Amino acid sequence: MHRHLQLTEQGKLKHFLSIEGLDKGLLTEILDTAESFAGISEHQVKKVPLLRGKTIVNLFFENSTRTRTTFELAATRLSADVLNINIATSATSKGESLLDTIRNLEAMHVDMFVVRHALSGAAHFIAQHTAPHISVINAGDGQHAHPTQAMLDMFTIRQHKKQFEGLKVAIVGDILHSRVARSQILALNTLGVAEVRVIAPKTLLPAHVRSMGVIPLHDMDEGLSDVDVIIMLRLQKERMNSAFLPSESEFFKCYGLTEAKLLRAKPNAIVMHPGPINRGVEIASSVADGPQSVILEQVSNGIAVRMAVMTMTLGHHGGAA
Amino acid sequence: MPTSTLNIAELLDTLEADIRQQIESRKLSNPLLIGIHSGGAWIAEHMHKRLGITEPLGLLDITFYRDDFSQIGMHPNVKSSQLPHHLEGRDIILIDDVFYTGRTIRAALNEIFDYGRPNQVLLAVLIERNGRQIPLQPDCRGARIDLPEGQRIKLTGPDPLGIDLQTLACAA
Repeated sequence: MHRHLQLTEQGKLKHFLSIEGLDKGLLTEILDTAESFAGISEHQVKKVPLLRGKTIVNLFFENSTRTRTTFELAATRLSADVLNINIATSATSKGESLLDTIRNLEAMHVDMFVVRHALSGAAHFIAQHTAPHISVINAGDGQHAHPTQAMLDMFTIRQHKKQFEGLKVAIVGDILHSRVARSQILALNTLGVAEVRVIAPKTLLPAHVRSMGVIPLHDMDEGLSDVDVIIMLRLQKERMNSAFLPSESEFFKCYGLTEAKLLRAKPNAIVMHPGPINRGVEIASSVADGPQSVILEQVSNGIAVRMAVMTMTLGHHGGAA
Repeated sequence: MPTSTLNIAELLDTLEADIRQQIESRKLSNPLLIGIHSGGAWIAEHMHKRLGITEPLGLLDITFYRDDFSQIGMHPNVKSSQLPHHLEGRDIILIDDVFYTGRTIRAALNEIFDYGRPNQVLLAVLIERNGRQIPLQPDCRGARIDLPEGQRIKLTGPDPLGIDLQTLACAA
């Protein structure tokens, strides 16, 4: 279903809603295209004219300064015009339906919606109901997907490890509520890593987690043993009140990444985190700021990856490239 | 000139002589050579050696500046441009393999000007063919040819350099 909606008849990317249904070739094409954009930030003029004349709307129904900013910077560096819709003061809060809001924006001749929404499937719903010339990028929907975050993580892994084959990757923390983890698992398996482990207390793992193609573990020493990549997830503090966890300090003791636990991984293992980080909850400051951390590189790479996805989705109108 | 008589070595000799003459008449000072990926870069490498230019060769990939992006979409195998950070006030010799519509050169000039405002830009191409669509033309050339509609000329290389004449049906 996603594949049908996300791709044109020629197999080009039309919307980017989920990693689901995209093959290795297309994911690699996103990474290769992002590679081409990586150097633009170092130019005197940090812009290329690829999307000049296009209008991109950031529709953020859920707050996220970092993600919105990187989408905005990506669009600006492609010379597009960017409109940030403040949903808190927008018409939807005055009772207008989501589709009416979309219809009104369409009437303003926009070319792309970047959608962030607390409900799973929101970006998918918008993609189904927009005009044919408009592309939709999912910037995070509920507990479902955050595909551009997953791809910037894949980009960062490839930068450091060169290839995915043979890699062992551990994802640690709140897998149950994490759209980032869901997208990462799909991307890692599609790109052909050897093993994806998820490490979490039972209360923070989905019921049928094995069906996602991962090995579930509950012990950090065992889980981190010999891994090449460690991805720490943000512990959403609101979960603390809903009986998922005893306390933050208890979580840090068992699942927080410290220098001692990091020694279980390969010596050249990299440490990742989608941010924002809770220091002393899921990761120790000495590790977050340490030599194996690539957390800030992930932020920089987010711009190149989002530029790639924007150009690939908006560049689908013609024939073969 | 008929295409059957095109000879790479002779074209390079003619182009070199033409560039030398232009450097002198336009009084280009310490020019920077920039080749457009991929064929232009191959020709630029030859000219860089022949003209004895010490400054490193600049390379330009115009993919991000093309005016047909909405028709052809994004191509993932973009080589990054390698240019000095400041082109302000420089004399530049821009080199491509085949001059056809002029759109590649327009894109290249746009990218160059994003790095700074050069003093002069000299355009040198190995082959100029008919089919110009915008008011730009080369200053130096190895040869000028006329091709019938539906045919195109493509440089193969880099080693050895060759000239391939294609009909539109098999043109990639």
